[in-house]
Amino acid sequence: MEKGHNNTTTKRYGMVIDLDKCTGCGSCMVACMQENNVPFKKDETDKIKSITWLRVYKLNNGKPYPDTEICYLPRPCQHCSGVGDHGHSPCVSVCPATATDYGMDTGIVSQIYTRCFGCRYCMAACPYHVRYFNWWDPVWPKGMEKSLSPNVSVRMRGVVEKCSFCFHRYQLAMDRAFFEGRKEIEEHEYQTACTQACPSKSITFGDLNNPKHAVYELKQSPNAFRLLERLHTNTKVYYVSSKEWVRMAGDNYLKDEHKEMARAKG
Amino acid sequence: MDSELIPEGVQRCSLGKFILWISACGLVLAIGVYAMILCWLKGLNQTNMNDAYGFALWIWADLAIIALGGGAFFTGFLRYIIGIKELKNIINYAVLIGFICYSSALLILAIDIGQPLRGWFIFWHANVHSMLTEVAFCLSCYFAVLTIEYIPLVLENRKIDKIPFFHNLGHNMHEVMAVFAATGAFLSFFHQGSLGGVAGVLFGRPFGFREGVLIWPWTFFLFTWSAAACGPCFTILITKITEVATGKKLVKDNVIELLAKIAGWMLLTYIIAKLIDTWYWAAHTAPAMGFTFSQFYTSDPGSWYGYWILFLEVVLGGIVPALILVTRFGRTNKLALWIAITLACVGVCTNRWVMVLQVLAIPVMTFDGWFTYFPSWQEIATTILPVAYGAILISLSYRYLPVFPQERELNPLPGQEAETVEEQIEEEQEEPVGKLSPAAETA
Repeated sequence: MEKGHNNTTTKRYGMVIDLDKCTGCGSCMVACMQENNVPFKKDETDKIKSITWLRVYKLNNGKPYPDTEICYLPRPCQHCSGVGDHGHSPCVSVCPATATDYGMDTGIVSQIYTRCFGCRYCMAACPYHVRYFNWWDPVWPKGMEKSLSPNVSVRMRGVVEKCSFCFHRYQLAMDRAFFEGRKEIEEHEYQTACTQACPSKSITFGDLNNPKHAVYELKQSPNAFRLLERLHTNTKVYYVSSKEWVRMAGDNYLKDEHKEMARAKG
Repeated sequence: MDSELIPEGVQRCSLGKFILWISACGLVLAIGVYAMILCWLKGLNQTNMNDAYGFALWIWADLAIIALGGGAFFTGFLRYIIGIKELKNIINYAVLIGFICYSSALLILAIDIGQPLRGWFIFWHANVHSMLTEVAFCLSCYFAVLTIEYIPLVLENRKIDKIPFFHNLGHNMHEVMAVFAATGAFLSFFHQGSLGGVAGVLFGRPFGFREGVLIWPWTFFLFTWSAAACGPCFTILITKITEVATGKKLVKDNVIELLAKIAGWMLLTYIIAKLIDTWYWAAHTAPAMGFTFSQFYTSDPGSWYGYWILFLEVVLGGIVPALILVTRFGRTNKLALWIAITLACVGVCTNRWVMVLQVLAIPVMTFDGWFTYFPSWQEIATTILPVAYGAILISLSYRYLPVFPQERELNPLPGQEAETVEEQIEEEQEEPVGKLSPAAETA
C-alpha cells in the first residue's frame, strides 16, 4: 500500500462490478436513493431531469433476434483520479468555487452542496453523466421525511449532486475505529449501500490499493475494463464481463482498432 | 423639451418619437425582465436545460456577446497602445458597445447560476485551476474598466459638463485613459482566452478538448484571436445599423475601412489557424480518443449537427468575410462590406455555439445517444433582453452624448456650411482646457 503525505495509508476506494451477475433488478438504485436522501418527483418519466446517483443502463449487442444479447450496466460516479492519480478528474479541475474536491487519502470525489452555486460546469465536464442538478426543491411525500437519513444532508434547488460512495459511512466507520483506538478500518466496516443491496453480489467495494480487499484481485481480471479509459479519466469503477461485445462497449474505437481490440479482448 | 440635453450642433428626432421607440424596446425588455424574475424566484426549472445540457443557450449568449464586444478592447488596443489616430472617431462607440455586451454577459451569468445569492463564492472560494474562475475575475475587472471608459462620455453631456467638478473629472479621466485601455486590453486577452479554455480543457469531451501549450489549450488563443477579429466587425455592423436607423452618416469611410482592413487580416490569419487546429484535432486528438471526424457531424437520430454547421462557421463565417475584407473592393463596396461584417459576426457566434452546445450534444459513452435541447420561452426572452437593453442604452447615448465626433462635420445643420463646422471643430480641439472627448483627445 502507498503512504500518503501525512504518514497515513493512502486508500483508493473503488468498485468492481461483475456485469455477468447483474440482473438489472434496480435494487442498487433504490438503496442508493434511500441511503442518500435522493429527491424524486411525482412524474419521473423525463429521465434527463431525474436524479439517479446510480443509474443502471441497458445495453444490447445490436444484433437481431435470436442473436440479441442484453447487459445491464450500473453506473455510479466513477471517482476519476486523472493521469498519475493526482486527482485531476474532469469535474474537480473545472469547478470554479472548489465545491467538488478529490480526497487524496480516499480517492473519493466529494461534492460540497453548501458551496456549490450551480454553474454546472462540472456537469459539462463529466462524460459519464454522473452529475445531477437540482432543478426543483426536494419535496417528500407526507410522512416520508421521517425516513430520511440523518447522516446525509438534503440538497436544495440550484446545486449539483452526485454519488459519494456513501462517504458518510466511511466517516462513521472511521469514528468508530478512532473510539476503539484503531487508525484503520476493515473492509467490511465501510461498504456502500448499493453493494449491500445487490442480491446477486455483482458489486464489490473496497480499497483498490489494499491486497487484503477483494477488489484488489478482481480488478486484475483479464475481463476487467473501465469506462472511457482512452480519455485518461482514470476511473475507480471497474467492470467485469465475459462477453467481448460488452467489454468493447466500454470505450470508443476506430474501425481498424475495433478489430484489433476485439482480438486482444476476445 | 429635452433640447438642453442634446449635444450642440446636431439634430435629433422629436421627443415623442424617441419615447415611442424607447417604449417599444422597453416592452421587449419588460418581457425579458419578467422571465428573469421567474428564473430567480422559481429556479432553473423554468428553462429547458437538463442534466445532459447543463450549459445551453445562456452560456452560448455569454460567449457570443463577449466575442462580439471584443471590439472595445481591440479597438482600444489599436487606438491607445498601437496609436492609430483615425480610430479615435469610433472608439467611443466601440466602448459603448463593449459596455453593453459585458454588462449583458454579467447579467445572463447571474440568471444562469442555480444559486444566484452564492455567486460571490466564485471569488471567495476561487479554484485557480478553473477557467471559469479566470473568466469571472477578468470579466468583472474588465467591466469595471469599461465603466471607467464610458463615464467620461456620460460626463460630456451638455448639462453635466457645465458642472465644474464633472467637467474636470471627465478631463482628468481622459488624461489617464490610455492606462485603462492598456489594462482592458491585458484583461481581455486573458478572459477571451479563458472562455476558449472553458471547452478546450474538457478532456472528457472529445469534441471540445484541445491540446495546447502548458495549461492553455489551443482554443484559448483561438477565442482571443477570433474576438479581436470579429469584435471590430460587430462594432462596424452596429455603426452601420445606427447610420441606417438615424438616416445619417456618423463615421467617415476611411475610419470604417481602416478598421475593416485590420479586422479582415485578423480574420484571415485566425481562420488559417482555425483550419490548422481543426485538421490537427480531427487527425490526431479525436482519433486518439477513439473518435472519427465524421462521428461529430452526422445525421444520426437526435443530431442537428451535420457538416453544414462546420461550413457555416469556417467557410461562410470565416473564409468568405476574411477574403472580402482584405480586398480594397470588399471594403469600399457598401454591399460587400455589409455582407462581410454580418458573416463574420455569424461565424464567431456559430463557433461559440458549437463549442458550447455541440460539445454537449455528442454522445461520449458508446451506449449514449445524441442529446437534444430546445430553449424555453424564458430562456429566449432573457437572451433577447440584452438586445433591447442595448438598443435603449445606444439610443440614450446617441441622443444625449457626443458619441460620434465626426457627426457634426458629416451632417451640418441647415444653414451651416460643412467647412464652417469643420473649422469650428478644429478650433474646439485647439482649446488648451476644455471640451475634450476621447475622440478629440490627442495621443
